[in-house]
Amino acid sequence: MSILKSISFTKIKDGLSKTREKLIGKINEAITGKAKIDLETLNEIEEILLSSDIGLDTVEIIIDKVKTSLKNENSRSEETVKKVIKSELSKILEAANTKIDQMSLSKFKPYVILIIGVNGAGKTTSIGKLAYNFRSEGYKVIIGSADTFRAAANDQLEIWARKAGVEIIQGKTGADPSSIVYNAIKTAIDQNYDIVLLDTAGRLHTKINLMQELKKMHTTINKLLPYAPNDVFIVLDATTGQNAIYQVNEFKKYSTPTGLIINKLDGTAKGGVIFQICRENKIPIRYIGVGEEIDDLQVFNPNEFVNALFE
Amino acid sequence: MLDELTEKFERVLKKVTGQGRLTEANISDTLREIRRVLLDADVNYKVAKQFIEDVKIKALGTEVLTSVTPGQLITKIIYDELTNLMGSKNTELLLNPSGVTVIMVIGLQGSGKTTFCGKLAKYLTDKKRKVLLTAADIYRPAAIEQLKLLGRQINVPVFELTGEKNAVKIAADSISFAKENGLNTVIIDTAGRLHIDEFMMNEVASIKENVKPDETLFVVDSMTGQDAVNSARAFHEKVEFDGIVLTKLDGDARGGCALSIRAVVERPIKFISLGEKLDSIEVFHPERLASRILGKGDIVSFVEKAQRELDEKEAAILEKKFRTNQFDFDDFLKQIKMIKKMGSLKSLLAMIPGANAALKNVNVDDKQVSKVEAIIQSMTKEERSKPKILNGSRRSRIARGSGTTIQDVNRLIKQFNEMQKMVKMLNTKSAKNLFGNMPIR
Ligand SMILES: Nc1nc2c(ncn2[C@@H]2O[C@H](COP(=O)(O)OP(=O)(O)OP(=O)(O)O)[C@@H](O)[C@H]2O)c(=O)[nH]1
Ligand SMILES: [Mg+2]
Repeated sequence: MSILKSISFTKIKDGLSKTREKLIGKINEAITGKAKIDLETLNEIEEILLSSDIGLDTVEIIIDKVKTSLKNENSRSEETVKKVIKSELSKILEAANTKIDQMSLSKFKPYVILIIGVNGAGKTTSIGKLAYNFRSEGYKVIIGSADTFRAAANDQLEIWARKAGVEIIQGKTGADPSSIVYNAIKTAIDQNYDIVLLDTAGRLHTKINLMQELKKMHTTINKLLPYAPNDVFIVLDATTGQNAIYQVNEFKKYSTPTGLIINKLDGTAKGGVIFQICRENKIPIRYIGVGEEIDDLQVFNPNEFVNALFE
Repeated sequence: MLDELTEKFERVLKKVTGQGRLTEANISDTLREIRRVLLDADVNYKVAKQFIEDVKIKALGTEVLTSVTPGQLITKIIYDELTNLMGSKNTELLLNPSGVTVIMVIGLQGSGKTTFCGKLAKYLTDKKRKVLLTAADIYRPAAIEQLKLLGRQINVPVFELTGEKNAVKIAADSISFAKENGLNTVIIDTAGRLHIDEFMMNEVASIKENVKPDETLFVVDSMTGQDAVNSARAFHEKVEFDGIVLTKLDGDARGGCALSIRAVVERPIKFISLGEKLDSIEVFHPERLASRILGKGDIVSFVEKAQRELDEKEAAILEKKFRTNQFDFDDFLKQIKMIKKMGSLKSLLAMIPGANAALKNVNVDDKQVSKVEAIIQSMTKEERSKPKILNGSRRSRIARGSGTTIQDVNRLIKQFNEMQKMVKMLNTKSAKNLFGNMPIR
């Protein structure tokens, strides 16, 4: 998939810069003036990483790597330490991102993308942004509004569809979401759409009945298109802490996620929990949300992400 | 995941079992595990560090009673402290009996404000309030429509100004509307905003300035991680809020952010929100969240056990002293030290059988305790055992020596005298009777 390639990274950098300055400031503080890395410095680095929601498990692994690398290293300068940390963090993200299935959009028609996630993560907004980007690339896009639960979910998505200039299929509040999924895909097949974007209701991963409902949507999609959905994106809120790990683990049991979208990176939250998620699941991060406007979606780039944290 | 945590805890507990006194060495493993537990629960790393440091200071040297393991004792202290930190008395909403009460709801995007407004409206309607919901989120697509639909479900009117681009005006007008229509409670749903968005933060400050809400509630997603301290602090600096609402607790988030927020912003958690249905709202119970943060289950039950054991043993010692009328300032000091070590901030009296339940909600300020300690330490040996000799000049010497005021010293002596009186009464009446008649609160 080659969408969004034209977008620059200024926004994520802008978003992360506040964070970055703080982080780098702190690392510099921790390192400068010290000839060797002592325990205290390592503790400080640990805290810096912890404050990004990286989580103790992953932080410990990284600190260990830093310790061993520095043992055989003559230079224990700030640069070396940063380099080691950066490279370890990048490795984790890169390992996961090699899993991106390079299926081209043209091979499958319609190409079906299902969007899932907990309440308020930014699913609907992401759908609006994705629709806009695909349409700008010249694809014929249709949205299926399978959130039949939340009040005014239909109206919200309809506004996005209008902004993005794409078609939308909706159902009545309280209707079976699978029926809308069915209608959307059927319409896409009959009317020659390139891409189907399916919005779903926010669901906490602990609610079995809602997770079953998700599974049912998969069955419905499969009935019409055995190869679909081509992508299932779990939407995560960057302000979320360690719970995101459980979210991904649970969604994996009922769905077939192919990637993550991390939203709200325009705030001060760092979204560091993705390192642990990538380490455990080898699931790639695909896009990041950096604002509430329709063009505030960007392709995720592991190196950019890590560099933005450290430059 | 919870099982795993409980297991971890138990493993560490076993390690320290059977030791008579808590030492740096035998609690370091437990404390390290506790740190992990707290971080996994999304307690801010700085808050967790400070918290553990405090617990350590209190725990070190504590004698471990035979039937309680050191691990249980530490856990009890931790649990108590967590509950204490998150607990608060004034969790009630301030509802004016006459006139219009205005409640403003603020927070980040996607935290659950609109749904909470609907729930609060229902909750207050059930309490016989005449509620108006105000749709002041003019930004998010269909936010107004969402509130209108919720209002319809619960039969609560929703105020909106179609096409109005000024949220301050909407909020202000809604209050006049309420007055004109005999409604006494206005709940203002504001747009979600980032704490670093200057324009939006100015807007919410300006709404507050204009409508002067009786209650401003900050809504937080219980899944929030380390950044919770930053957003909470920024919101509080800009629009001082009165209470916190914790949402999405029907999931499996451990809610450590609540502790973080309480650490940076001294405001009570007033409500928790537990689902998408409009009746899933509850008042906050600090002890429940404390056990949730610690990983639930067994921890609570052995904490309760430890509490029982401690109560019985301490009470027995104290009672003996009382019985023999030998209670002097030295004992008082010992008791205070013991209280500090135990980590219990409850009053000394709480250890007396029968008084415990009655005093459950009494909090003794840590600072106050240190003051008392300093005063007693400035007394001579003779003064401590014969409090009667404490005349004016002795008192002012003690005040100078302890860095307190003469009033502080007088207050303490008065309290002590009352206590002695009670001791005497205790020896003539049964404890139950005594406390049945005392205005303890
Ligand atoms: N600042 C910021 N806000 C975002 C971003 N993405 C979404 N939002 C906001 O977050 C809130 C929730 O977004 P929605 O798209 O409605 O989330 P959702 O997952 O569809 O929510 P439910 O359907 O209610 O579960 C809205 O106020 C969005 O404007 C982002 O990247 N940055
Ligand atoms: Mg939605």
